[in-house]
Amino acid sequence: MEMLVYLIPASLLLGGAGLVAFLWALRSRQFEDPEGDGQRFLSEDWDEHPKP
Amino acid sequence: MSATSVSACPACVAAPSAEAIAAARAEKASGIVLSLPTAHCAVCISDVERELMRVPGVRSARVNLTLKRVSVEAGPEAAPALLIERLGRIGYEAHELDPGLLSVTETDRRGRDLLMRLGVAGFAMMNVMLLSVAVWSGAEAATRDLFHWISAAIALPTLVFAGQPFFTSAWTSLKARRLGMDVPISLALILSSAISLYETIEGGEHAYFDAAVSLCFFLLAGRYLDYRSRAAARSAAEELAALEVPRAVRIGAAGDVTVPIAELAAGDLVRVKPGARMPVDGIVTEGASEIDRSLLTGETLPVRVDGGAAVSAGEVNLTGPLVVRVTAAGRDSSLHRMADLVAVAESAKNRYTSLADRMARAYSPSVHLLALGAFIGWMVQSGGDVRLAVNIASAVLIITCPCALALAVPAVVTAASGRLFRRGLLIKDGTALERLAEVDTVVFDKTGTLTMGTPRPVALDRHATPDLAIAAALAAGSAHPLSASLAAALREMGVTPAPVGDLREVPGEGMEATHAGRRVRLGRADWAGAEARDATATYLDTGDGKPARAFIFADRLRPGAEAAVATLKAAGKHVVLLSGDAEAPVADMARTLGIEEWRAAVRPEEKAAHVASLTGAGARVLMVGDGLNDTAALAGAHVSISPASALDAARVASDIVLLGQDLAPIAEAAKLAVTARRRIKQNFGLSLAYNTIAVPVALLGLATPLIAALAMSASSITVSLNALRLR
Repeated sequence: MEMLVYLIPASLLLGGAGLVAFLWALRSRQFEDPEGDGQRFLSEDWDEHPKP
Repeated sequence: MSATSVSACPACVAAPSAEAIAAARAEKASGIVLSLPTAHCAVCISDVERELMRVPGVRSARVNLTLKRVSVEAGPEAAPALLIERLGRIGYEAHELDPGLLSVTETDRRGRDLLMRLGVAGFAMMNVMLLSVAVWSGAEAATRDLFHWISAAIALPTLVFAGQPFFTSAWTSLKARRLGMDVPISLALILSSAISLYETIEGGEHAYFDAAVSLCFFLLAGRYLDYRSRAAARSAAEELAALEVPRAVRIGAAGDVTVPIAELAAGDLVRVKPGARMPVDGIVTEGASEIDRSLLTGETLPVRVDGGAAVSAGEVNLTGPLVVRVTAAGRDSSLHRMADLVAVAESAKNRYTSLADRMARAYSPSVHLLALGAFIGWMVQSGGDVRLAVNIASAVLIITCPCALALAVPAVVTAASGRLFRRGLLIKDGTALERLAEVDTVVFDKTGTLTMGTPRPVALDRHATPDLAIAAALAAGSAHPLSASLAAALREMGVTPAPVGDLREVPGEGMEATHAGRRVRLGRADWAGAEARDATATYLDTGDGKPARAFIFADRLRPGAEAAVATLKAAGKHVVLLSGDAEAPVADMARTLGIEEWRAAVRPEEKAAHVASLTGAGARVLMVGDGLNDTAALAGAHVSISPASALDAARVASDIVLLGQDLAPIAEAAKLAVTARRRIKQNFGLSLAYNTIAVPVALLGLATPLIAALAMSASSITVSLNALRLR
């Protein structure tokens, strides 16, 4: 049972990391165009070098 | 394609002040936003962005495929009209959107806010559920208490933060002395967390933290879906509004001044340039010209006006400059009277109660009564055990809480409007789909709705090539719609314009020039020395003694018009054609499309009255129209659709905007709306079925947190899946 002392904070921390990642994605406007982002990856425009 | 951009935003082209404003905006190098109704794939993104980056002055262009828009950062030299033309050339239809993005960022922020609360609730739900699984599977004594405490530590702050949208809305509805859906929701959230906290302190067996948090999560999901579909439609529709700046050029003692229309008074003289829209009602005092009344009356034939003729606000001056004495401006003008008609009709439409509202009205009181009944019943039964009674009452509240109900409508509407959006239909109103499902009569307008509203010359190959060459040379010199269309058609045929000299436009008459020493004319019948025909036509006099040649024009049918009418008729709908145009073209159109019931030369009030009488006879009318003469009818109909090329007022008055040129999606939308309504009803049925099973269990005091969690998740998921079948 002592394991719980480590495991519960660990699971909360991992979940919290997920939440932080989600909030970061939200702030950097990554949910504005889900459809476009899905399609964009198919285009070959900037395969050779990154978009300036 | 340039014709499309003209019709897409007639005011932008027509009103010089609007152009000036657009130019001023571009100078500030602020963003230009264009709507791209036909973009749908990865190739479209690359095409559009590459083409726009090639335009000098464009610094960046980014397509948002979800919203079907492109935002452009550009300097003053890249005007929106130019960008639209460039996109038109590579085959993408584009409309300028009002870049007054203030409201959009506002909606963006609210959407992000909801999404953030949803994320937090989701995170809390996962963790609390993990802990609950341990409790359900038999954790005891100290372990159980520990888990309950940790759950409380996660759930309580989460509920305070994520539940805010419900608490505020419940508070507003309570202040207004109403019982909305949010009152039982808030009550369930507060009561269940309070009782759970009490149980935790007392070391009790059951805590509902998991149920409270997942309730919050599912409800937020429904709220977010609802919000998203509405916001997307609303912001796009708002932005579609053309730049229509009510200004006029007043002729004063000190010369011409541009003033807002509100400052004009009856008796003032205003100057109206060719291509501009009449700002006021008035009487022509100087000049001669032709005016296009199609947006007001549906007539396709330009009307000739000179001194003494009456003109109305909203008409477009085509060829010559006019001086107009104001008879009515602003509030009193005919344009404004039409807007008043719309306002009256709108207020009638707002009385529609959606399925969800009707459901909520029956639902909230019964939920409260059930919980109260459970509380009193168990108080009596247990001889005054408050703890047990409150426990059971909150279990009842949680289980009956409209999780599935709150998801039932938004999930279906989101799925349906998403599918319609991909087909080029923008649902502006939340209940539009439901109303569309009830429609049994469809009323079409002709000009600009069933047709493109841009006349095209027909049977050009019947004319001799030299005549065509002269016509091409003359037509190229004028901005008159018939000339512009003739010139474009001849250019497409590869006709080289004949060399002409002294090319000049005679206002209100036509074009005149000299060719091979002879005077040649293209214009009105009597001016070119021809017998006027009963059709839209322009006449060519080659000056060689032969009778003048007539170039006949016909309005083109919109693509998909035939298919739309045929499908609607096949679906058993009663189709009616009402037009302000003359009898011959209307009868012709009705015959082509197979519409049995039609009326020509209908005035705007008559259109609205006809729709009202159909409604009075028990019909549910879908009105499809684009002109100012349709607005009152659009607003008065049960549900209405207008094309994106329609006048601002018409788009505002209608519930659904057709973004592309094709009419076929209308029939599809009618069919989809029926399916959507069936799904909504099925979803209500599903969640009611869950409740009829779960509520007795809760009332008997047998509901454990496990049962509450199962019932809630299972019903929410079934409802969402059922809605997704629509996609």
